[in-house]
Amino acid sequence: MDFNFTEEQEMVRDGLSRLVREQYDWETRRKAIASGAGWRPEIWSQLAELGILGMPFSEADGGFGGGAVDSMVIMEEFGKGLVVEPFIPTVVCAGGFLKHAGTAAQKEEHIGAIVSGERVYAFAYAEPRGRYDYADLETSAKKDGGGYVLNGHKAVVFGAPWASHLVVTARTSGERRDPSGVSVFVLAKDTAGVTTRDYETVDGRRASEVYFENVALPAEALIGTEGEGLPLIELVTDEAIAALCAEACGAMKVAHAMTVEYSRQRKQFGVPIGKFQVLQHRMVDMYTAYEQAVSLTYLATLRLGADETERKKAVSAAKVGVGQAARLIGQEAVQIHGGNGVTDEYAIGHYFKRLTIFDSEFGNVDHHLKRHVALS
Amino acid sequence: MNLEFTPEEQAFREEVRAFIAENYPKHLADFGMREDMAREDFLAWHKILGKKGWSVPAWPVEYGGTGWTPTQRYIWSEENARINAVMPLPFGVSMVGPVIYTFGSEEQKAKHLPGIRSGEVWWCQGYSEPGAGSDLASLKTTAVRDGDHYVINGQKTWTTLAQYADWGFFLCRTDPSAKAQEGISFILVDMKTPGVEVKPIKLLDGGYEVNETWLTDVRVPVENLVGEENKGWTYAKFLLAHERSGIAGVARSKRGIEKLREIAANETAYGEPLIKDFDFAKKVSQLEIDLAALEITELRTLAGEQAGKGPGPESSILKIKGTEIQQRLTELTLEAVGTYGAPFHGGVSNDNTNEHPVGPDYAQHAAATYFNMRKTSIYGGSNEIQRNIITKMILGL
Repeated sequence: MDFNFTEEQEMVRDGLSRLVREQYDWETRRKAIASGAGWRPEIWSQLAELGILGMPFSEADGGFGGGAVDSMVIMEEFGKGLVVEPFIPTVVCAGGFLKHAGTAAQKEEHIGAIVSGERVYAFAYAEPRGRYDYADLETSAKKDGGGYVLNGHKAVVFGAPWASHLVVTARTSGERRDPSGVSVFVLAKDTAGVTTRDYETVDGRRASEVYFENVALPAEALIGTEGEGLPLIELVTDEAIAALCAEACGAMKVAHAMTVEYSRQRKQFGVPIGKFQVLQHRMVDMYTAYEQAVSLTYLATLRLGADETERKKAVSAAKVGVGQAARLIGQEAVQIHGGNGVTDEYAIGHYFKRLTIFDSEFGNVDHHLKRHVALS
Repeated sequence: MNLEFTPEEQAFREEVRAFIAENYPKHLADFGMREDMAREDFLAWHKILGKKGWSVPAWPVEYGGTGWTPTQRYIWSEENARINAVMPLPFGVSMVGPVIYTFGSEEQKAKHLPGIRSGEVWWCQGYSEPGAGSDLASLKTTAVRDGDHYVINGQKTWTTLAQYADWGFFLCRTDPSAKAQEGISFILVDMKTPGVEVKPIKLLDGGYEVNETWLTDVRVPVENLVGEENKGWTYAKFLLAHERSGIAGVARSKRGIEKLREIAANETAYGEPLIKDFDFAKKVSQLEIDLAALEITELRTLAGEQAGKGPGPESSILKIKGTEIQQRLTELTLEAVGTYGAPFHGGVSNDNTNEHPVGPDYAQHAAATYFNMRKTSIYGGSNEIQRNIITKMILGL
């Protein structure tokens, strides 16, 4: 049992912490997310230079030999600064599919481009009527000669406006919601027949509705085995959830600290409001919820390599516990900030927004409580 | 970073598991803490462990500790919780023992530590008073110096299992003019001293776990003062931090959830096992998730301890969450047994104790345990006091 980070991990943390502090200050972030692009490619290039984008890939695949704990450290720092750049879609999701199931040629083509920052990926799995069931797919990929023809509509694909490539889930056989018959493909976003409608999300990111109309894919676009993609999707999304929980922990830590600091400054009835026990105990409950969320994030991250049931239970436990903590801390932080908490000007509201949307990514509290029950 | 135990730790687990299997008294198997336990039931395992040298694992080796790492101690408590063992009571082992070896005189160490280790001497805690609960420093019991003695007068309450106690450790006011926290002393009292009177308090579960302890002109030799006069508050706080660190009860709650699942698999609801009822199963899963979080939080605290940090204010989190989980567990267990939670003492009257209890065995103690466990968020510094501690020590407000 060991809860220490390696020296390399501490260096990564320090480096990112500095980057966020020096280049991701509140005003700069505000301008960037309001700009046409909505993100800063120059930050992405720096992340590549720092080796961040190659961290969770093996050296054989062209990465730096890190793992899930590295992604956790990275995402926690990003969460503290509400960094919008798409580490999870590109590195954890697309990168995850490729490193677990990619052919040598696919790894060669894609992983190097991820590590260098040259290509950005988005993961198109959600559908308007699929909710959190990865097998509930209307998007289809029909065999056509040696390749496939892709048709369908993917919902709220985070980071897609910035992406050059997409990883897409589609049904290659069977009925809607069948666990078998699900496949995963990788393709360039500018492939003929792909159209997008891009928009802002409430938490300062960008996403797209992605439409596929008779998109011709070569056989090489398939990742893993045709029709057997579901366990792979579950593995990769579990990895994404662990990283996402780390991001939420970072955001919760800052939201809590901001709230405690605000309660020290803000005076009512002649005293700082932090002197009121009714608020003190609520801030203690936020702190306790945060510490428990950190513990569950560790648990999920450290169990990603365990057997399937143990992994899924740990990840669902984290998504439930962190989701509940995120809701509590977000709402209480706004409440204790009073009217200022509901203004666009104060940073706290933006942490609240990010922590709110966190719940719906890769399955909300109810969904993961159900999964936990089913596995128990 | 990893959650695995080392091969040495695994081997240690095997060793203690084998020892427990071989030596734990069979008639107390899966007993835990029940309202109908006899004095000897509390002491049986303690005495066996005393002989083995394992009754006070956390103590420094020179005083009889085992020298186990915090992780080994964690494994030890896990293995005991697996069979819901009746563990040595905390009053000697985790409370007064550490105070005596840390602040006591050589004579006090020689006189009292062996009896605590062996389980021969039963200790009780004289802290709370009718007017001094959470506001412990407002206590009024006085100890007045008279030659070579202190003369103690006052009333203590919630003295757990004092009816069996040989000795007690009492907080008494020795300087009435000093500020609340500054005039208190920590005094050891032989419970057989004239003037000590213990009156049982009947609790919700029907048991007599706590007492009122009246002290009337109790003459105690001055050598029973621990440390310095008027410094008792420091020792009291030290003791409370020690008390909190084992209070999470993670391993025991884990076993409790297993039992709850067994009960829910056996109970029928709407023609199916209760555990198949999603509304119920969801509550069990939520509890399990909260416990998983607490377990890692405790392990993180232990890792900190292993790295040389003492039990800090984080132990307040363990107390709050640990007791909340223990209470929710007993609440769900009572819920699971359904209507058979209601019969008092399994429907067995005092006139005919040979009757067979009604309902399933597991239902018999469900309500009593639920009622009993309401104490956990109140004792050891109520959970509200723990929040005050975190406010001050961690949030810095």
